[in-house]
Amino acid sequence: MLEPMASLGPGVFIPLVPAPKLSLPLDTVKVSAGFPSPAADYEESRLDINEYLVRNPVSTFFFPVQGDSMEGAEIHDGDILVVDKSVRARHGHIVIAFIDGQRLVKRLHCRAGRVALLAENPCYPPLEIQEGMELLIWGVVVGKFKRFGA
Amino acid sequence: MPVFALVDCNNFYASCEKLFDPTLKHRPVVVLSNNDGCVVARSAEVKALGIPMGVPWFKLRNEAKRHGIVAFSSNYALYADLSNRCVEVLSGFTPNMEVYSIDESFLELSGFEGRTGGLMAYGAEIRQRVADWLGLAVCVGIGPSKTQAKLANHAAKKNLAGANGICDFTTMSPAALDVLFERIEVGEVWGIGQKINARLEAMGIRTVRQLRDADAELMRTKFSVVVERTVRELRGVSCLELQEVVPEKQQIMSSRSFGQPVYDLPELEEAVASYVAKAAEKLRSQDSLAGAVQVYIRTNVFKPEVPQYQRTVTVPLPEASADTRVLTLWAMRVLRRIYRPGYGYHKAGITLMSIVPATNQQFSLFASDGAVDARSRQLMDVLDGINGKFGRGTLRLAAEGVEKVWQMRRGNLSPRYTTEWDCLAVVQAR
Repeated sequence: MLEPMASLGPGVFIPLVPAPKLSLPLDTVKVSAGFPSPAADYEESRLDINEYLVRNPVSTFFFPVQGDSMEGAEIHDGDILVVDKSVRARHGHIVIAFIDGQRLVKRLHCRAGRVALLAENPCYPPLEIQEGMELLIWGVVVGKFKRFGA
Repeated sequence: MPVFALVDCNNFYASCEKLFDPTLKHRPVVVLSNNDGCVVARSAEVKALGIPMGVPWFKLRNEAKRHGIVAFSSNYALYADLSNRCVEVLSGFTPNMEVYSIDESFLELSGFEGRTGGLMAYGAEIRQRVADWLGLAVCVGIGPSKTQAKLANHAAKKNLAGANGICDFTTMSPAALDVLFERIEVGEVWGIGQKINARLEAMGIRTVRQLRDADAELMRTKFSVVVERTVRELRGVSCLELQEVVPEKQQIMSSRSFGQPVYDLPELEEAVASYVAKAAEKLRSQDSLAGAVQVYIRTNVFKPEVPQYQRTVTVPLPEASADTRVLTLWAMRVLRRIYRPGYGYHKAGITLMSIVPATNQQFSLFASDGAVDARSRQLMDVLDGINGKFGRGTLRLAAEGVEKVWQMRRGNLSPRYTTEWDCLAVVQAR
């Protein structure tokens, strides 16, 4: 590529040292040599674990678990919970509850006028919500995951 | 006719702190500025105590003890994440919006007036969704201009008009607006700062109504075209459009006050190198190159009893670059030139200037060859990739140092609940 140099007067060209390059990513360029791959028509996007666990990323938060009161629901110490705040909590959902300054994971029970936070382990009694107690259902647990140190 | 809504988060920083910490419910919470200096955000409980914005924290120690005020250092990582989430939720309500600040966005709502319940109902829907999805409370102000929308938001927040944190000027009668505008001081109007406010008052203009009904031409000659536009906007004539596209930054600054005075060159070098690293990362994220680097250092101007020194020097680069190594090299040269021993430095900063898109690069006659350039880009990609994955500063130049004793004081920093795996809020299964 040539470029005029004003200081050398009109008509004098010197080469631009590193000529700009246009690099094209290989996969966007169709190469039509040889036989096409027989698998080309079956290409699908790879599985994405985010997509599986997280339906609504903007309202999804993660909370690690400490304790064994939810083992019956297959929630173990050290698991990381996927919590979607946009899901409306209903009877039977596993929820994150803020109560008495604590952050708890419990099964929500609300039937026949009784509201309670249930554990999934016989060692832990239900937490009955009485009139005047301040309970905040922070979000609904929609999944969990854990990474092993391998 | 355009219709704008201004949506803003109530007590944003304090609300972010409360969101993840159940022990803070009903407790007065303040957030402090860099180096834990002054109150920059207050929860509703703190506002009710009458504690104003901007008070130095040390002056509040007694009151804090008496009322059990909890103070936090600014947790920018947390606030930024929640702010981005909020913008994402709001973008579901309109194709046209402007992110005005970390906790405020303008939404263009023309075309939505015809929905059942009108814009008040739409505002309620916005409010409900942000509350449900993010646990944050917002107020919605609606008007035919941005200035009116901002004022409507103020009215909603202070319960002067509207209901449930939503106020729609477009459906209020002219008579009702007259009464309302008469009750609000002119200083509350968007764009009317203290100086203009004082001058307006001297002219007898004290209320929003008086400003709205003032002679617009006169306002232009007395003040500026900006104030004239404000008058027209208050009348419901939209003069300000949404600024949808954030212009690429022409300058990237990175600076901090130190936790304690820094005397030695090596410590300053580490600080400056880390600022360069941060700014360079930002530079590359917008696909740009910097053509000049500015470095400044200064002692504490608020302590006149100690010896004072400050210096700012800019150096143009032989060739625009986004390579942390190149930018650091030049910043270090400047720093060593301006450093004087014997002073307690309080602040240092760098600015990347003459920023151009990477595609417009002007190569100098003596520039390095293309291969070196490509390698530099690859290396920087690796650097950003690793730091993006494992946290800023994981991979860095040795110049940035390891200890960072100069780092700002952030004594009461809450965890980065949403942006670091190690900082997630633990839930108890018990």
